[in-house]
Amino acid sequence: MTRRLLDYGDSAVLLEVDDLDAVLALMPALERTRPPEVVELVPGARTVLAVHAPGAPREAVRAWLTKTPADAVDASSAALVELPVRYDGPDLAEVAALLGVTVEEVVRRHTARPWSVAFGGFAPGFAYLSAPASGLEVPRRTTPRPRVPAGSVGLAGTFSGVYPRDSPGGWQLIGRTEALLWDAARTPPALLTPGTRVRFVEVPP
Amino acid sequence: MIEVTDAGPLTLVQDAGRPGHAAVGVPPSGALDARAFADANRLVGNRPDAAVLELLLGPVVLHARAPLWLAVTGARGPVTVGGRPAPLDRAVPVDVGEDVAIGRAELGLRYYVSARGGIDVPPVLGSRSTDTLSGLGPAPVRSGDVLAVASAAGLDPVPPIDWLPTSTPDGLAHLRVLPGPRRDWFAASAWHALLGQPWTVSPQSDRVGLRLGGRPLERRVHDELPSEGTVTGALQVPPSGEPILFLADHPTTGGYPVIGAVASADLPLAAQLRPGERVRFVGARL
Repeated sequence: MTRRLLDYGDSAVLLEVDDLDAVLALMPALERTRPPEVVELVPGARTVLAVHAPGAPREAVRAWLTKTPADAVDASSAALVELPVRYDGPDLAEVAALLGVTVEEVVRRHTARPWSVAFGGFAPGFAYLSAPASGLEVPRRTTPRPRVPAGSVGLAGTFSGVYPRDSPGGWQLIGRTEALLWDAARTPPALLTPGTRVRFVEVPP
Repeated sequence: MIEVTDAGPLTLVQDAGRPGHAAVGVPPSGALDARAFADANRLVGNRPDAAVLELLLGPVVLHARAPLWLAVTGARGPVTVGGRPAPLDRAVPVDVGEDVAIGRAELGLRYYVSARGGIDVPPVLGSRSTDTLSGLGPAPVRSGDVLAVASAAGLDPVPPIDWLPTSTPDGLAHLRVLPGPRRDWFAASAWHALLGQPWTVSPQSDRVGLRLGGRPLERRVHDELPSEGTVTGALQVPPSGEPILFLADHPTTGGYPVIGAVASADLPLAAQLRPGERVRFVGARL
């Protein structure tokens, strides 16, 4: 795995790796060995951001990012969350048309294998979900919706995701789930944290 | 208890924020001017992370339903207690029934009002801050709201004399900037363009970020940037080429390249810039 360190102001370092798989392989080891001066550890699509206290020993943070070995990839040990989904989203037919397959095939592909939480960031509890070769790559909608209801299950680019609350959004909506993605009173508040695996399960409309 | 008679343009409860949850999309939030926030608490003998009121511009009127000590820091403007002029940057006693009137700021943008004991609202993820991006924490304070003040039991006494060196922007702020992770996504001229011109603070600025107007920064790499983590102080450059300086309620990941990041020590100054005021970036190194 190649690792490149990018300077990011006076209190952060951005580690760049080859791809999302490398991020997913490295994150558990970094989480486990995180030094106390690192206040945020934020995975991205091919990066890990370490935010440290201003004035913290930066060289130590850089060495930790460079030298921590990734775990042997054993996805089966990650927590698995099942999300029941009614596949009745307003964009389901359009997604099928874009992919040149039937609606049933879209649902089959979406439920066929577990997805992994890659990173977050759009809203508290929102997770960018990744599955290798999902066969579900579609562009965002050209015009975002002003209001997407909480629980909506969407696709955009190579990712799938679930809206944790009502918000504007441009993802292609294929279904909805009753699962509570975010609850500030729960520990942890986010249902889907980086590294968690997610299996979508079809429930009748 | 403090009754907020007039909440002004925007009054928020803020403390040191809720760092540590960025990986699940929670902004750091917290008082934008960390220096004025710290001063406000120190002046009344509070713990450093006690919640205060962050007032945008003013005017704001508070009414004391119980005797209290408070301090006003940050922006510069006229303050009266019970109709008498009161100093900024000092612990001030307020009698029950007295009004505290904080006038429209003459310099700076955000006042911080501490009450001895701290503003007491229910914490969310360990913080009482209002996160304007994601809606975590208490709702913005409205006129007519009554805010509880926590007990001062166990606190040190109000410091007898305290003095604060203050500096507020006077229309042109200098902010030190360090290289960001995607500086190499921009043309060689872009760094010079960033440092070589004054940028104007846009009226669309808020706690998420200062939007800056000026001659656009030219990209060299036009690829789409895969989403990556962002920091407070990041200068993110959207397709318009005009940078956005991320403040405490910024989104925790983003897909636009970050050319630089403002020095942490200069972020309090950025929090006090008004729309129309100008910023110059000064190149700095670690």
